[in-house]
Amino acid sequence: MENKNGIRFLYCGDTAVSVEFGNEINAEINNKIKSLSMDLASSPIKGIIEYIPAYRSLLINYDPGLISGESLIKKLKKRTASLKSAARDKKTVFLIPVCYDDEFALDIGNVCSHSGLSKDEIIKIHSGTDYLIYMLGFLPGFPYLGGLDERIFTPRLETPRTIIPAGSVGIGGKQTGIYPLASPGGWQLIGKTPVKTYDPEREAPILFSAGDYIRFCPVSKTDFELIKKDADAGSYSCEIIKE
Amino acid sequence: MGLKITSAGLLTTIQDTGRFGYMASGFSQSGAMDKDSCLIANKLVFNNDLEGVLEMTLNGVSGVFTEDCVIALTGADLRWTVNDAEVRRYKALEIKKGDVIKSAASRDGMRGYLAVAGGFDINPVMGSYSTNLKCGIGGFNGQKIKNGDILPFRHERNQLLPVYKGLEDIPVFSKNTPVSIRVVLGPQEDFFSKKGIDTFLNSVYTVTTDSDRMGIRLEGEKIESVNGVDIISDGIALGSVQIPSSGKPIIMMADRQTVGGYAKIATVISADIPLLAQAMPNTQIIFEAVSLKDAQKIYKKHRNHLNLIDYRLMF
Repeated sequence: MENKNGIRFLYCGDTAVSVEFGNEINAEINNKIKSLSMDLASSPIKGIIEYIPAYRSLLINYDPGLISGESLIKKLKKRTASLKSAARDKKTVFLIPVCYDDEFALDIGNVCSHSGLSKDEIIKIHSGTDYLIYMLGFLPGFPYLGGLDERIFTPRLETPRTIIPAGSVGIGGKQTGIYPLASPGGWQLIGKTPVKTYDPEREAPILFSAGDYIRFCPVSKTDFELIKKDADAGSYSCEIIKE
Repeated sequence: MGLKITSAGLLTTIQDTGRFGYMASGFSQSGAMDKDSCLIANKLVFNNDLEGVLEMTLNGVSGVFTEDCVIALTGADLRWTVNDAEVRRYKALEIKKGDVIKSAASRDGMRGYLAVAGGFDINPVMGSYSTNLKCGIGGFNGQKIKNGDILPFRHERNQLLPVYKGLEDIPVFSKNTPVSIRVVLGPQEDFFSKKGIDTFLNSVYTVTTDSDRMGIRLEGEKIESVNGVDIISDGIALGSVQIPSSGKPIIMMADRQTVGGYAKIATVISADIPLLAQAMPNTQIIFEAVSLKDAQKIYKKHRNHLNLIDYRLMF
């Protein structure tokens, strides 16, 4: 089922509908998903349980006891037709402190040899951009970030590590990201954040949402330790800028 | 105190109807694989429908009760005994302090459930009692049940009320073979050739041993795609039939990841998810396509059937 504005509404059984805004990964399409989620949050449609934002689609889970798939799609068509891109004028950027010291940057040598750049250049490039969080997934709070500078694209490790500690910052192919909790993985590790991006005890267990931005801010080992102390005690809050 | 576990079984966790509201952040939904059996277990002991129950896989638990209580057993036939006497499933059972409960390998069905009147005395995490093993949260200390664990009860009720009744119709999961599983085609059926969709709907698939709470993996004829199965990752609904590059379907279940990059040819309707949860390895499956309208009718019928259980237990 396609709308005249190119939006597709796909059946996912009797409990979910996928609203697809396009077929590529770009910030403009992703922004529409944020706009629709915000719209649904501010004026909910009865029967919707929750939704999962992804690169170019929003999966909407609903209770078929409260609304039928057809009438949900009807309502969503109306909503999407008059969607304002309210999200675009407010950009929320999370400033994530990262220590790029050798102790944590286990694979920065690989990034150097692959890119032909020095460590300092890599750090400058990596921390010099605001990355859009296209979606969260794979692990709770694992951000799929867009915007990595192609000069530091680096293939994954040939043999993945069996355990990567929580907070590790790495590069995997064309992507960069933060491991929210310890997990196996094949990304090239270039630093670590003392901030807990995932904390099941916190009211919002995950620090950020799809549609927000992340900026990595280099910190010294001393600052890393200071921030970590506060973060572990639950008294550190990440700096957030709205622009 | 509560139930002291002497034999924990293969994979035993506390589950409820699932963890809602956190999938946008990447948390799996979790929850009982067979939500019907979980719900009925709670209803049999007059619990809230949202209470946590024990989910046991292929093998049940054995243990000693350290206090009087009322329990109910549903789902797979795990050859339950109390003090070495066989006990019925789908019926509230009065248990005395010191009673020994035992179970063994399943005779029928994949997952058994044990509910205790008043529930287990555990704290919800992010709104749910369900165990999420990947994150180590929920359930009993975020972990699977081990030998020696003592599962505490809230013990609000320890006497068999006169209204406690059993259900006569005990399900037999392996009765029909192959099991017919109804699906609504989509969201990405257009990624598959006509031949691929014919294969999907007209051949017999077999549940493999590497199926788990994340997904039921099937063996059978390869499903032909038009031009590969890679999509731009999108959200995964419960029951999505994902076709990876091997061409062999994987049905995404309770512990599925929230997003994924393989095309999904169809989605199993909600009423048939419990049948999949109870399908033992080597169970044969055939898929039957239904329209969304029909799926909705089936959902309503199924829900009414479950709602009626409350009345059947009382009158």
